[in-house]
Amino acid sequence: MSDFAVEFDNVTKKFGDNVLFEHFNFNIRKNEVVSIIGPSGSGKSTLLRILMTLESIDAGMVRVQGESLWHMQKNGAWLPADERHLRKCRGHMGMVFQHFNLFPHMTVLRNITEAPIHVLGQSKEEARANGMELLRTVGLADKADAYPSRLSGGQKQRVGIARALAMKPSILLLDEITSALDPELVDEVLEVIRKLAAEDAYTMMLVTHEMYFAREISDRVCFFDAGQIVEEGPPEQIFNAPNHERTRAFLNSFLNI
Amino acid sequence: MIEFEWNWAFAWEVLPLLLDACKITLQATLLGSVLAIVIGLLLALLRRSKWKAVGYTAYWWMEFVRSTPLLVQIYFLYYVAPEWGLNLSPMVTGVLALGMHYGAYLSEVFRSGIDGVDKGQWEASIALNLSPYRTYRDVILPQALRAMIPAAGNYIIAMFKETPQLSAITLLEMLQLAKIMGSENFRYLEPFTLVGLIYLVLSLVASTAIRQAERRFPKEGFTLS
Repeated sequence: MSDFAVEFDNVTKKFGDNVLFEHFNFNIRKNEVVSIIGPSGSGKSTLLRILMTLESIDAGMVRVQGESLWHMQKNGAWLPADERHLRKCRGHMGMVFQHFNLFPHMTVLRNITEAPIHVLGQSKEEARANGMELLRTVGLADKADAYPSRLSGGQKQRVGIARALAMKPSILLLDEITSALDPELVDEVLEVIRKLAAEDAYTMMLVTHEMYFAREISDRVCFFDAGQIVEEGPPEQIFNAPNHERTRAFLNSFLNI
Repeated sequence: MIEFEWNWAFAWEVLPLLLDACKITLQATLLGSVLAIVIGLLLALLRRSKWKAVGYTAYWWMEFVRSTPLLVQIYFLYYVAPEWGLNLSPMVTGVLALGMHYGAYLSEVFRSGIDGVDKGQWEASIALNLSPYRTYRDVILPQALRAMIPAAGNYIIAMFKETPQLSAITLLEMLQLAKIMGSENFRYLEPFTLVGLIYLVLSLVASTAIRQAERRFPKEGFTLS
């Protein structure tokens, strides 16, 4: 069994003729918290979207918990993954989206219980009990019966986190989860993530523009630009003593705002 | 000499008979609508199939049905299909033809309704590992439905107003009966006027109902389970 929760092995991703990255190699250890920082449009989010099977790859191999994601082995031959294989792999992961993507026609609790009931086969009572427990964890137990439109952005995102956790993932993919929030609502969401990171029970991959937060909770920070990891290391090194000129320029542009 | 004066006695005599025949009209419309909704939804889903051949076939079927007159389709089902051993009663033929024809139109309504649902809803469904069935049933269709109501409702009213075409295959619906009453009594003014009025009233009632349905459709809390 692999020590890595996530592996990108020589991966190429193109959008039409535009090569986003080529021969990309990147691993995340089990229970590691990794932040990916870098300029907009550099393809950071695409890394998460490939893992969540929202985007496919053009070459190479991606492994999730040691299992190849986009390929499956049948009678010794490698074949493109079918829906069943993808569903099995997706079970390891949970994703939280920049724009929440809550189901607007369902109550908060139903948003959380929908997939556990219909995918994990939990009974309604069990799913509701788990859902309420998760809502307490994110501090929204009183909003169980509210509809998403009644919630603030920060509350919506906390429901988004609870919804992802309800599927009992081992890997959490957090895609710019505070980018769409008003500044005063960012902290309540980060507080939830902070607690999750402290539990040390999840492998977490964050794409973020919250530099202070990345610095605080990450085991490793990766500066991603133009389709490659320019520099990576412990947060103190990346933020205090970046080796690479491009990292310095990027961080300066952030700190000077 | 032809008399153009309105004859109340005759009107009162034919009205109950016409209303009785109206049941046939409504039956054809109702069954036709159900079939059209099923076919329309099926075509809309097939057009989104990941197999291109399936999508194209559904598309060209829709184009074909929409580009040929309803009456030709009715005649085809009624007069040509028996040569292939398919003998259908006028009512069944009518329902099939209406369902097929309007199913093609409705598929376009459903397609644009489904396309109108935010892309993030599909992505969340994938991330939560919902099956395609659950995704459509629990996430996409409940959100698409509201946008579909006005256009779908208008097509169903249009279908209702096309039912007289079924008189061409001897279905004894309102218009067919009015024609018979007229020719038996040498008076067409009252039967045809009444048929027009019945259509007018029912169409107005239906379009009001559709507007109400659209207005009252819950923005939240509407699920199919």
